[in-house]
Amino acid sequence: MDAFTSHTGVGVPLRRSNVDTDQIIPAVYLKRVTRTGFEDGLFAAWRNDPDFVLNNPVYAGGSVLVAGPDFGTGSSREHAVWALQNYGFRAVISSRFADIFRGNSGKAGLVAAQVDEKVVQRIWDLLEAAPGTTVTVDLEARTVRAGEGEGCVEASFDIDDYTRWRLLEGLDDIGITLGHEADITTYEGSRPRWKPATIHS
Amino acid sequence: MAKTLAEKVWDEHVVRTAPEEPDLLYIDLHLIHEVTSPQAFDGLRLAGRPVRRPDLTLATADHNVPTLDFDKPIADPVSRTQVETLRRNAEEFGVRLHPLGDVEQGIVHVVGPQLGLTQPGMTIVCGDSHTSTHGAFGAIAFGIGTSEVEHVLATQTLMQAKPKTMAVTIEGSLPDGVTAKDLVLTLIAHTGTGGGQGYIVEYRGPAIDELSMEARMTICNMSIEWGAKAGLIAPDQTTFDYIQGRPEAPKGEDWDAAVAHWQTLVTDDDAVFDKELVLDASEMTPFVTWGTNPGQGVPLGASVPAPEDFEDPGDRVAAEKALTYMGLEAGTPMREIPVDTVFVGSCTNGRIEDLRLAAEVIKGRKVAEDTRLLVVPGSVRVRLQAEEEGLDVIFKDAGGEWRGAGCSMCLGMNPDQLAPEERSASTSNRNFEGRQGKGGRTHLVSIPVAAATAVRGRLSSPADLDDLVPAGAGGSN
Ligand code: SF4
Repeated sequence: MDAFTSHTGVGVPLRRSNVDTDQIIPAVYLKRVTRTGFEDGLFAAWRNDPDFVLNNPVYAGGSVLVAGPDFGTGSSREHAVWALQNYGFRAVISSRFADIFRGNSGKAGLVAAQVDEKVVQRIWDLLEAAPGTTVTVDLEARTVRAGEGEGCVEASFDIDDYTRWRLLEGLDDIGITLGHEADITTYEGSRPRWKPATIHS
Repeated sequence: MAKTLAEKVWDEHVVRTAPEEPDLLYIDLHLIHEVTSPQAFDGLRLAGRPVRRPDLTLATADHNVPTLDFDKPIADPVSRTQVETLRRNAEEFGVRLHPLGDVEQGIVHVVGPQLGLTQPGMTIVCGDSHTSTHGAFGAIAFGIGTSEVEHVLATQTLMQAKPKTMAVTIEGSLPDGVTAKDLVLTLIAHTGTGGGQGYIVEYRGPAIDELSMEARMTICNMSIEWGAKAGLIAPDQTTFDYIQGRPEAPKGEDWDAAVAHWQTLVTDDDAVFDKELVLDASEMTPFVTWGTNPGQGVPLGASVPAPEDFEDPGDRVAAEKALTYMGLEAGTPMREIPVDTVFVGSCTNGRIEDLRLAAEVIKGRKVAEDTRLLVVPGSVRVRLQAEEEGLDVIFKDAGGEWRGAGCSMCLGMNPDQLAPEERSASTSNRNFEGRQGKGGRTHLVSIPVAAATAVRGRLSSPADLDDLVPAGAGGSN
């Protein structure tokens, strides 16, 4: 996974709450066996609507999504994170993320920056008043900043320390865990024998 | 120190704990299906890593499989590739697989309990958010993403921050004709879709104690719909009776040792939850959704709400959007909403008890002329059991369709989909926009409501049917 320290890109205002994973990528788009190419399914139903924000050419290169509360609810499909990444998003800003979505983002390298609901409102207003405005997500400083100079919106965001550290370092979870393999083996030695198994030797 | 049930199970699985880091948690059972696993196996292959414990891993094909012509090759080439990829991965990595055509194939959350693999006090994960179903047995069970699937395959562990705990106590008893599905839909309407966020929830109280294992699974299944990390219920005699004798249940001395341990898996009297919530089951009625998230529900006897009914401006906007999408007018009595398709099935309500209950209502009646009834058993075992009991004949005689096992119209990855603007009454768990097919409109309902709706062609409960049936035409027995 590539390390993430800070990213600046065009902010995309998605003025919706409760954007569930079936909206982010409908199930019919989940049939690939690779990690790439899911951008075709991103917000598929809404993209038919010419007024949908991603259909506005100003946002064509958008890379920071700004969404309402309860983003990523529903399914555990990590494809939702991949679809956002495949499309070009590096970070999502919202006032509340569903747990599994937040976890998946951290693993896949998408920054899920949680800010106060009022901050989301102010960034939306700013992005809509001046489409194409850039947003900086600084993981090192834990801040988001939309716009420049006077009238810019700057706020700190929440992300758990451990995820932040891993993203900053670009670390692979499995490698970290396998560093504790001795602990796993010891634990396995203590499991009761009546615990179920799927394969019996 | 006094502990809650969730804390006991959690603590028993901590492999390693360190300040400022999530716990490293051991996973007792890892369930796998075709949609969320291919990229995980690919990751293992690239890194040259084996599956650490194939003997704690089980795979089945469910999301993508056809429910018609399921004895033939899958027609859709993309679905076929995904199912075929699962087969190759299982073979290469030595994982036990129940593929399409196998007698143990089915929805992964129906298969685990049915085999007796789901037991109290376990940690169970799957790349599927409804893994919470297994919590009904007193297990900590939750959905994970594909990166985590790969992590569990490689290490049999997961890094997890310890969630907070919440008690949901349900007092009283459910009235006749009101089911666990109504209970959980009422709960979600009460809390909203984010109400459980960050918590492992323990469902408890007299109304829960009275429920069958099937009904408990229905409740735990929908924990994720109000945002909870997991939901669980303390194991009791009902749990032990359900497990005993199943293929993978402990036997002989092992059974006694297991039960002795399982009996300790209760919340200590003086344990403290981070949050508590109390509802009364005796006041509950059949409950249905009108909107596009599972929290947008009302009693069946109520009417479609108006956006102005909501105080919170966000809820108002959401209600407006939902009504437009659903093609509903505020003030319409729910009972007057005509339904095109009734879907009986899914990991929420696709077990044998559910099919029996549906058949009881349908028996001797006919599906309404403009309505289609689709009955999809949760697993092949459920299908065979239902056929042995003649339930399939009851559905078919009424004009319903009897299908093969799988997720089917719960998420419409196979050909079982709603057409745009087609309206369903569905016993599944999600009414999101497009969930059952692009533009499809879903009302989440209980089994009795689904069955009665199929007969009347409008959202109904069995109580609405009596005047339609000539005396002696049956339905009551
Ligand atoms: S039945 Fe529906 S909710 Fe259950 S596992 Fe299948 S798709 Fe998911």
